[in-house]
Order: sequence, then structure tokens, then C-alpha cells
Amino acid sequence: MKTFEDAKRQEKERHLKRQKIARIMLTVFLALTCFLFLIPVIFTVTNSFMSSSEISANYGAVFATTRTGGKVYIGKTVNLKFIPDFVTGSQYMTVLLRSPAYLLKFWNSVIYVVPIVVFQLLIASLASYGFSRERSTVKEVIFFAYIILMLMPYQVTLVPNFLVSRALHLVNTQWAIWLPGIFSPFAVFLLTKFMRRIPTGVLEAAKIDGAGEWQIFTKIALPLCKGGVYSIAILIFIDYWNMVEQPLVLLSDEQMHPLSVFLSKINSQEISLAFAVAVIYMILPLLIFLYGEEYLVEGITYQGGIKG
Amino acid sequence: MKSTRRKRDKIRSWLFIAPSLAGVLTFFVAPFLVVIYYSLVNNPVQHKFVGLTNYVRVATNEAHQLAMFNTARFSFAAVPLAVVLALIAAVMMESAIPARSFFRSCLLSPMMVPVASIVLIWQVLFHHNGLVNGLFGIHLDWLKSEHAQFVIVLLFIWKNLGYNMILFMAALSSVPKDLIEVSRIEGAGRIQVFFRIKLRYISATILFVTIMSVLNSFKVFRETYLMTGEYPYDSLYLLQHYMNNTFVSLDYQKLSSAAVLMSIVIIVLVGIMFITEDRFGRDLDD
Repeated sequence: MKTFEDAKRQEKERHLKRQKIARIMLTVFLALTCFLFLIPVIFTVTNSFMSSSEISANYGAVFATTRTGGKVYIGKTVNLKFIPDFVTGSQYMTVLLRSPAYLLKFWNSVIYVVPIVVFQLLIASLASYGFSRERSTVKEVIFFAYIILMLMPYQVTLVPNFLVSRALHLVNTQWAIWLPGIFSPFAVFLLTKFMRRIPTGVLEAAKIDGAGEWQIFTKIALPLCKGGVYSIAILIFIDYWNMVEQPLVLLSDEQMHPLSVFLSKINSQEISLAFAVAVIYMILPLLIFLYGEEYLVEGITYQGGIKG
Repeated sequence: MKSTRRKRDKIRSWLFIAPSLAGVLTFFVAPFLVVIYYSLVNNPVQHKFVGLTNYVRVATNEAHQLAMFNTARFSFAAVPLAVVLALIAAVMMESAIPARSFFRSCLLSPMMVPVASIVLIWQVLFHHNGLVNGLFGIHLDWLKSEHAQFVIVLLFIWKNLGYNMILFMAALSSVPKDLIEVSRIEGAGRIQVFFRIKLRYISATILFVTIMSVLNSFKVFRETYLMTGEYPYDSLYLLQHYMNNTFVSLDYQKLSSAAVLMSIVIIVLVGIMFITEDRFGRDLDD
């Protein structure tokens, strides 16, 4: 005779089973989505190991739209290939040894990004400490203005940036990129949120022990925000490594453009190199992602709820 | 004695802000005042005050209208998708599945991939003879058709989903566990708990993510420019294209008026965000 308990247990088992199936389906679905998300990167990497004739045979149809001709065979349709017929590092050899143009643009990118990351953080760590101490209405208003400024898109900020650069004769020099980047309010905003999390008691205690403001800043506040500094460094880095708008407006000399802009101008003769250059360009941010993902996530989380 | 010390501290704290403030004033605020001034005069030489003439010129300019329309259309299509899909992804991540952190990394990684690096693949996928056409047996040169925006929307979601998802994951994990447990004991189903409790709790985050996505959608010029160059198909002609072209012609009046118009849109958006955030915040405190 079936008891009530049995029925209840059966019901529970069925429920668990259903939950298990749902979980498996969800996992499969997520795995597929992740695969789709990774495809662009995977393809770029595998294709960078193809020989130039294989690339033009596969993709020639896409890129040789204006000028065909030449000796390369150009396929009629596009073949997106996962695995090269013949794995070769020849593209990398060409980029690294025989085509200095790409390395030069890569170097341009480094030259723009590194000072911006370093000095924006330096200026911002000072300012954020100032904003988190001795809070007053005036400071809150200024901080609010920083937030609005931070949210302005390039369509707005590039116009004033251009006017200043022109007035100071900086157009077409690195300074036109550096200075607005260094004084960008983004890092000030985010780092202030980290600084305000420090309990006031900690700082007051140091003060009673006789530490000056500068000492409190360098010995206590900044070390406590180390994680925040890393997070923000990653966010600034990726933003400027990706820059397109600023060089287009502020640098008319294409020789000075960073690789992020130059890469899209690769002409049909050099398509085979494009994948290798693309890989070289994403190695650095991907390495940073690999080692700093937790910091990146923390940085994003702190952005949530702007006022916080 | 004590008050002088307090005064000194106050001045010191301002010294920390000074370098940043000087830079922001020089490179953003002061020139922006010049921009406003330029938008109100006839030209930078004569300085004759002309009222709103420049604004009317920009607002009635066909290129500007097209750029406004396309940018708005893109935002309307891309932002809801980016928000809803990210929320769904975040909810999925909440359930007990294996390899969660791996999935999270996969979905977040596009944020760190430079657009310039994957543009090639994207072009190959959506070319006339490309993979997408081959897969579905259609013949469409995506980037030179009315569906060009669709390609950019996909790219936008690919790039922004992870960022939004992280924000939602953080918000969802801050919903009090006991509140959920109590309602579960009282017989509320999963779906009910989600809509009645979680969604209400994270409403401020939803708004924040929406506004951030709108602002990010104004940056999609990057993707568009790298894929289609300076002269894209009509439906991909965005505000930044218009600004760049106006920069080339050095028409300061137009540039300034367009920038001021855009900044007003942003200020309104941000204002909505702050007012609603305040209200929702109070709502939850009650």
C-alpha cells in the first residue's frame, strides 16, 4: 500500500530530476553562447597562421573589391576556415621583420596609452583623496560636475579638446592626445568611490598619531586602494588602447595614428598580414584580462550606482 | 587654535584636488564655455551675436538629421537588447551550474578585445559572399544594405553584454537572502520571486545599466568607422561621422551648436537617472 510519504518522496525525486535536466540544458546553452562569443578571437588567431596565398584564396573576395589583378589567385567566394591547411609563422615574421609600418603604429599606441594610464592615475589619486577628505557642499558640486563630464560622449568633448589644442598649437602632436586623457575625470570618479570606503576612523587615528596629510595619503589611503588602482588602470588602458575618435580629429598626420586606427586601413595587398597584426594587437589586453580579471570585475562593480 | 587647524586641513585637501581641477578647467570646462559662445555668434572673427540661428542651421541640416536619426535608431534597437540579454545572462549565472567563472570570463572577454582586431572577421562573416549568407542561403551585402545597423547591433551586444552582466550579477547578489527564503517558504515560485522581489530590488541597477548602455551606444562610431570607413552606407551615418566631417570643414559654428545640443541630451538623460535613483532609493528604504 502506497503511503502518503512515498508519494511525497516520488514527487520530490521527480522535481529534482527535472531540476537536473534544466541545469544540464542551461549549461549546454551557456557553453554554446560562450563558443559564439569566442569565435571572432579564435578565428583571428588561427587565421594568423595561414600562408598569404591561402588567405587571399579564402578571403580575397572580401577585400579585393576595388583593385583585383596581381598574381595572387582570388577566390570567388569566402571560405571561413578554422584550421589552416598549412600552419606557418610567416605572417608574423613579415610583420616583425619586414614591415616596420605596423610595428611603428604599435609603438605609437604604446606611446599614447602608457603615459595616459600612469598620469591619469597619479592626478586622480591625489584628487580622489582630496574629494574624500573634508567633504563640503562645494566639493560635492564639483564632484557632480566631474560625473556629468565623465558621461559626455566624444561628440561633445572633442570640440572643446580641439579648441584648446589649436589654441596651444598642439594639434598633430602627441600632447593633443595625452593632455585630455591625463585630465579625464573618469579615474577621479571611480577612485573617489574606493577612497570613501575607507573608514574615517583609520585616517583619524593616523592623524592623532601625528601623521601629516601627505603621509596619510601615501602610507595609508593609497595602499588601502591598491585594488582600485589596478581596476582603474585596466579600464583606462582598454579605453585608450581602443581609441579611434581622438586621433581622427586631433591628428591629421596618419604616421602618428595608433594601430587601432591604422589596422582598418590595411589595403588589399597586405590582407594576409592583417590577421597577424590583429593578434599582436590583442595579445596585451588579453594577457591583462587573464591576470587581472578579478580587478576588472571589481572596477565594473564599483561603477554600478553612480552616486554610491 | 582648533579652528585654524581645521582650516589648514581644509586648504590641504583642496591642494590635492588642485592639479586635476586645473586640468579639467583648462581642457574641458573653459573651452566648453567658448563652445557655447561660438554657438551664439556669427563667426569667430566678427563676434556678432546671432541668437539661435546656428542651432536652427544645425537642426535643419539634412546630414545632421540623418546622423541624429540613425544614432537614435541604433540606441533604441541596441540598448533594450543589451540590457535584457545581460539580465538574462546574469540570472543564468546565479543558478548552480558547473564552470560558472569560465562562462563569466568568456562573456566578459570581448570587452578587452580591441575592436580593430576583430573587424576583419566581422567583415568576412557579413560580406556579400560571407559566411552568414552562406549559412542561411541568402544574398545580402549586409554592411551596404538597410540591415547594416543589425550587424553593428550584434557587435555592440557582443562587446557590452559582459559589462552589463557583471553589474547585474553584483546587484542580484546583494538582494537579501533571507527575504528570498521567507517568500519561498510562503509558497512563492521562482518566477514570482524574480519579478516581485529581485527585479524590484535591482531596479536602480537596471536604470543605471540602461543609461550606461545609451551612453555606450553613442560610442559605436568606433565599430562603424573601423568596419565601413569614413563614408558608410546611409543607415550607418552616425553623429560622430557628422562631427568629423564638420571638423574637416572647420565650421566652428556648426560644430559648437551640435556639441551643445548633444550635451543637453546627455544632461537630460543623466538628470533622469539621478532623479529616479533618488526615488527608487527612498522607495526601498520605506
